[in-house]
Amino acid sequence: MRTLMVMRQGRWTPWLYMAPAIIVLVIYVAYPAIRTGLYSFQNNDGTASAAVRCAADQPCWGFLENYRQAFAGQQGQIALRNTAIWLLVMVPGTALFGLLLAVLTDRVRYEALAKAIIFMPMAISFVGAAVIWRFVYNPDPSIGILNALVTALGGESRAWLATNPPGNTLLLTVIGIWIWTGFTMTLLAAALKSIPMEIIEAARVDGANELQLFFRIMLPLLAPTIAVVMTTMTINTLKMFDIVWVMKGIQTDVIATRMVSELYLDRNNGLASAYAIILIVLIIPVTVYNIRRFGVEEAEK
Amino acid sequence: MNRDRFVMFVNRIPLNLAIIILCAIWLLPTLGLFITSFRPQQAVNETGWWMALAAARPGTDEYQTYCAQCHGEDYKALPNADLSSPDLIAQYRRSIQLSGTFNREYDGVIHIPEAQRPDAQQTADILDHLRIASGLQEAPPRFTFANYKDVLVGYSARGGTYDEVCAADGPSGTRTCDFWTDATAPNAVLRGMINSFIVTVPATFLPIILAGFAAYALSWMDFNGRRVMFAALVGLQIVPLQMVLVPIFRMYTDLGLNGTFLGVWLFHTGFGLPYAIYLIRNFVGRLPADLFESAYLDGANHFTVFRRIVLPLALPAIAALAIFQFLWVWNDLLVALIFLGNNAPVLTYQLSQLVDSLGGGWHRMTAAAFISIAVPLLIFFAFQRFFVRGLLAGSVKG
Ligand code: HEC
Repeated sequence: MRTLMVMRQGRWTPWLYMAPAIIVLVIYVAYPAIRTGLYSFQNNDGTASAAVRCAADQPCWGFLENYRQAFAGQQGQIALRNTAIWLLVMVPGTALFGLLLAVLTDRVRYEALAKAIIFMPMAISFVGAAVIWRFVYNPDPSIGILNALVTALGGESRAWLATNPPGNTLLLTVIGIWIWTGFTMTLLAAALKSIPMEIIEAARVDGANELQLFFRIMLPLLAPTIAVVMTTMTINTLKMFDIVWVMKGIQTDVIATRMVSELYLDRNNGLASAYAIILIVLIIPVTVYNIRRFGVEEAEK
Repeated sequence: MNRDRFVMFVNRIPLNLAIIILCAIWLLPTLGLFITSFRPQQAVNETGWWMALAAARPGTDEYQTYCAQCHGEDYKALPNADLSSPDLIAQYRRSIQLSGTFNREYDGVIHIPEAQRPDAQQTADILDHLRIASGLQEAPPRFTFANYKDVLVGYSARGGTYDEVCAADGPSGTRTCDFWTDATAPNAVLRGMINSFIVTVPATFLPIILAGFAAYALSWMDFNGRRVMFAALVGLQIVPLQMVLVPIFRMYTDLGLNGTFLGVWLFHTGFGLPYAIYLIRNFVGRLPADLFESAYLDGANHFTVFRRIVLPLALPAIAALAIFQFLWVWNDLLVALIFLGNNAPVLTYQLSQLVDSLGGGWHRMTAAAFISIAVPLLIFFAFQRFFVRGLLAGSVKG
């Protein structure tokens, strides 16, 4: 950072400029984050240790009781399982579709239009997307286009969203992929454009076909961006809330929705905080890795 | 077209086909929502949106199956019973009267044998069809704005549209039948839209203004601990929103801020700040130093420099940031759900409520959904560049 030798200012001027931001950040981010950590060891209204929530004759983890309930409770296990499914499907799914679309659209003249169409769902709220997809999945073949397709091909129409868990979660991840592919595509397309033409031309002259070109030249050069895309998608997926909340499937809870249910519907502050801490413990390493990466890239520019 | 180009064209068919199919898959769900939101209720229930243009008048199929073989395609095959004559059809005011004729005997032949009769619903559709064919009734439009009007005023009853019910029954209960009065009722989507704007506009500008001041100090003022401050403020990006909901919810309960706009504005400000500081500082820090030096030499103080030089020059960064933050707040459900709830329902909240109750059917729910996504889509198509840039730079946002 540069400094200006000519500028003169009172001792407190910089702090005056930063004060509003600092105050808001302390009140809204720093302090509550610490409080949540404390709540997660306490009972529902924060008046005593979480140990008081233990039931007699049941396993008890003392002040870690909220965590025990989160990990061992049926609801918690469903949420953890579904979060794992989301990660396993969403992260590779968006990366693959994003890569495919970036590579394909790079070769046609209507690139901008195609990209706008793929990117458009990013502008839509998750709630809006949920409505759109409930409509697609509608059990009535004269309303839901998926069933219309299935029946047109000679199949039986189905109540998709009533599929048994965890199948219904898979149907929700389709929505996630639909939303986020535009994002991964844009990042990957930018990286693709930055590969020098000479490298590609040289490989073509050497007789590489398009597939070899992709796997031997492009993929290695895209690897760092793919890593960023996948870490970012990991974070986005862990925080996924709205889609699951609005679709209200049977046992489709993920950690974030479970947390809000505990907080908002059941007023279980302690347990809700424990879910929040589990979430951040999962998120922080990925975020730190991500910010480092961005930092490295900035420095290289 | 010469040969080479033709070969090229053929070779590229699979590529183009793949892209077009993928784009179609991405576009179809939204397109379906859009088209459905303009279709009348009956049409939505009878045929899929992909048939919107092909779908014929109600009862056409039924007439073909049950009546056409005697009465003819043109309704006039039997001269004594011309079904396209308004005088004849006007005698049948209800479908039960029409089905009454099925038992009659004409020249000793029963009108329609028991086994070949349409059921009650089909008869009603056939009557509708005949009333339209004979000109007694207007054909229902293929597309209508009625769904939008219904949701804007929050009308969700099953029988008929808001306009029809108001024309027939007039005001009743909470319904005043005055559009602007009804549209500000708590469950009206227009009210939700207004609330969304009330939430979003300050929640967009507050963090940008605060971040602007902080970023200026962090890039062009000299003080101890500058680097540490910058790292600390920006580092707060990693705290996920879910992590602070519980304490702030409790704090708001104590302060009575739950359900107030102020509470939501401040919350979004807190969460927009780290990223806003990061982005603006990166931009402002790269402005040329000469600019500042000459201004200071001219005797300008920090505030003048900030207002006259920094703000105008940082406009591109601020624009990208503003679009990003606006959409983020506009599309948010979680914060609105927890801190506003039904005290001041915003669009996303109302939409999620509609989904829960299936609010009077798909024709209206699609309209409400489209209203809620219209603003983001408009912004997206108008400022695509800024939008993509803001989102990409914001991809590390917590
Ligand atoms: C099997 C042949 C046949 C079928 C099928 C048939 N009709 Fe008829 N319909 C007749 C005949 C014959 C008459 C008597 C015409 C006359 O009065 O000479 C008649 C008369 C009528 C009349 C006039 C009654 C009156 O008040 O004079 C109506 C209305 C009518 N049909 C409606 C229908 C409808 C609606 C359907 C389909 C659901 C239908 N018909 C199907 C043969 C048929």
